[in-house]
Amino acid sequence: MWTYALKRAGTTAVTLLAASVLIFAFIHIIPGDPIYVLLGDTATPDQIDALRHQLGLDQPIILQYLTWVGHVLEGDLGRSIFFQAPVLSVIADGAETSVLLATMTMIWVTIIGVPIGMVAAVRHGTWLDQGLSGAAMLMASVPTFWVGLYLILVFAAWLGWFPSSGYPSIFEGGIVNLRYLVLPSLTLAAPNAALILRLTRASMLDVSREDYVRTARAKGIRPWQVVRRHILRNALLTVVSAFGFTFAALLSEAVVTETVFALPGIGRLVVQSILRRDYPVIQGVILVIVVVYLLINLLVDLSYRLLDPRVELQ
Amino acid sequence: MRRAGAILWLKPFVARPIALAGLGILLATLLAAAFARWLAPYDPYAIDPLIRLTPPNGAHWFGTDQFGRDTLSRVIHSARMALLIGSGVVAFALATGVPIGVFSALFPRLGHVLMRVVDVLMAFPALLLALGLIVVLGPSVANAILAIGVGYMTTTTRIVYGLTLRLRAETYVEASRSMGAGTLWLIGKHILPNLVSPLLVQASFVFAFAQLGAASLDFLGLGAPPEIPSWGNMLAESRTFITRAPWLLFFPGMMIVATAFSLNLVGDALRDRLDPRFRQVFGEKG
Repeated sequence: MWTYALKRAGTTAVTLLAASVLIFAFIHIIPGDPIYVLLGDTATPDQIDALRHQLGLDQPIILQYLTWVGHVLEGDLGRSIFFQAPVLSVIADGAETSVLLATMTMIWVTIIGVPIGMVAAVRHGTWLDQGLSGAAMLMASVPTFWVGLYLILVFAAWLGWFPSSGYPSIFEGGIVNLRYLVLPSLTLAAPNAALILRLTRASMLDVSREDYVRTARAKGIRPWQVVRRHILRNALLTVVSAFGFTFAALLSEAVVTETVFALPGIGRLVVQSILRRDYPVIQGVILVIVVVYLLINLLVDLSYRLLDPRVELQ
Repeated sequence: MRRAGAILWLKPFVARPIALAGLGILLATLLAAAFARWLAPYDPYAIDPLIRLTPPNGAHWFGTDQFGRDTLSRVIHSARMALLIGSGVVAFALATGVPIGVFSALFPRLGHVLMRVVDVLMAFPALLLALGLIVVLGPSVANAILAIGVGYMTTTTRIVYGLTLRLRAETYVEASRSMGAGTLWLIGKHILPNLVSPLLVQASFVFAFAQLGAASLDFLGLGAPPEIPSWGNMLAESRTFITRAPWLLFFPGMMIVATAFSLNLVGDALRDRLDPRFRQVFGEKG
């Protein structure tokens, strides 16, 4: 187990290192001098020279990369041009919204995707199964922002049940402010619940073809007991590992949803920073999301090994 | 032999009426794109302020937008952009993924390095990768294709790599190699023909998800230029008017759903037809 964990962590580190080169290169391959990119169009020649020296842009590129990595490891992701503040604190401001949104989304995904997927698997091959599977595929084919706009139209504009946009912090307005995240989280949950539904169904069907399930049935265990104790337990293992990937992917999928609902999260920060040409922030967010993405994937892989001892044998 | 092949391909569709319906919707979209100039009742760019934001009626079946442009005509013309983006992304993913995947599987030493590069690209969530590339390249139709395509290049490479590794180990490939067959001959005679059907499945899923990706980019204002009619652009424009003109939201959105759903249905039907050895190479999302 430990050798595997170390090996897997090593691969993640190497991948992260290679990804960091790409992310570092990002600001250098944008058309135009990075100095103009950083200072904006209104900079004077003196300012430019000063900053060029200060940032070490007159140094060889390898040295620049190493300096950048050093800064990143110290938690210094540069300064935002627009906010005139450290990138890390700008990202931290959006983290509350993004994490809460992702968490609420995962709750919907779990309570919608898993039970319905189970029903479809148990009723495998019937009209009910085909209807549910078809509905899931339909949900996966709908653009999230379209769902979001319709939810705003119906539940915010017509019925007035939920606010249509924005999110004031729960630390200021209390837990009731979570109502601002109900429609966005449902929007984001739609395609992902569909995915988990299909996965739950597929993995239950896979497990039900296993020899030990046949043995359990042959022993005369009641069908529902077989489903609960033999099929479900083993099938959910796959589903749980998919939760990790889904959660990690949500952080970037939220880009569109946060824009629709004008939520002050990391996703909207990316879009606005692109439109404002605030490149240090874009670079910082990409770095943070990739790190989170890789770490969650690592944790999922390791926990999968812990949860299912059979994996080691294969 | 040929005819038997064609029947095999059609079988999954005949057995599943809903997949046949999907094929029909795709054909309709194709026709709409090809004959947009003749099918559209009005010029999609013609502005008429007098009839701005009119609900659907006899003269304008899908209503008009904030400039008085005919929504039906714009929806029909947008089919072109949808097909262009979809086929562009598929072409890019196949043109890059197939050679890299086959090459990596046949020449393990360099292939190992190439697959690591693919892994690194896969560390970037697809939408984030697309946004980053758009920042570097600037927003345009061609760059949208490229930005979305890179995300599917990686999955396609992975699939082709896995399949080629498996094919390489087949007895008939080894037999052929032991009889002195060259690498190019092996690729042309044994590898590529066996990749056709799995790649057709992959292509239909990629086409479907490219539709959604392009719509997201358009919606964020980072895809096709706003003056080009596309379903995503139409939705982005109608956003301000959702309470006054809900029909502007309905029709372009339905078209995106219809094409993406049809492609998913077709991909699913094709996957079921696939050689069972290859089926597990495809994840749920394709």
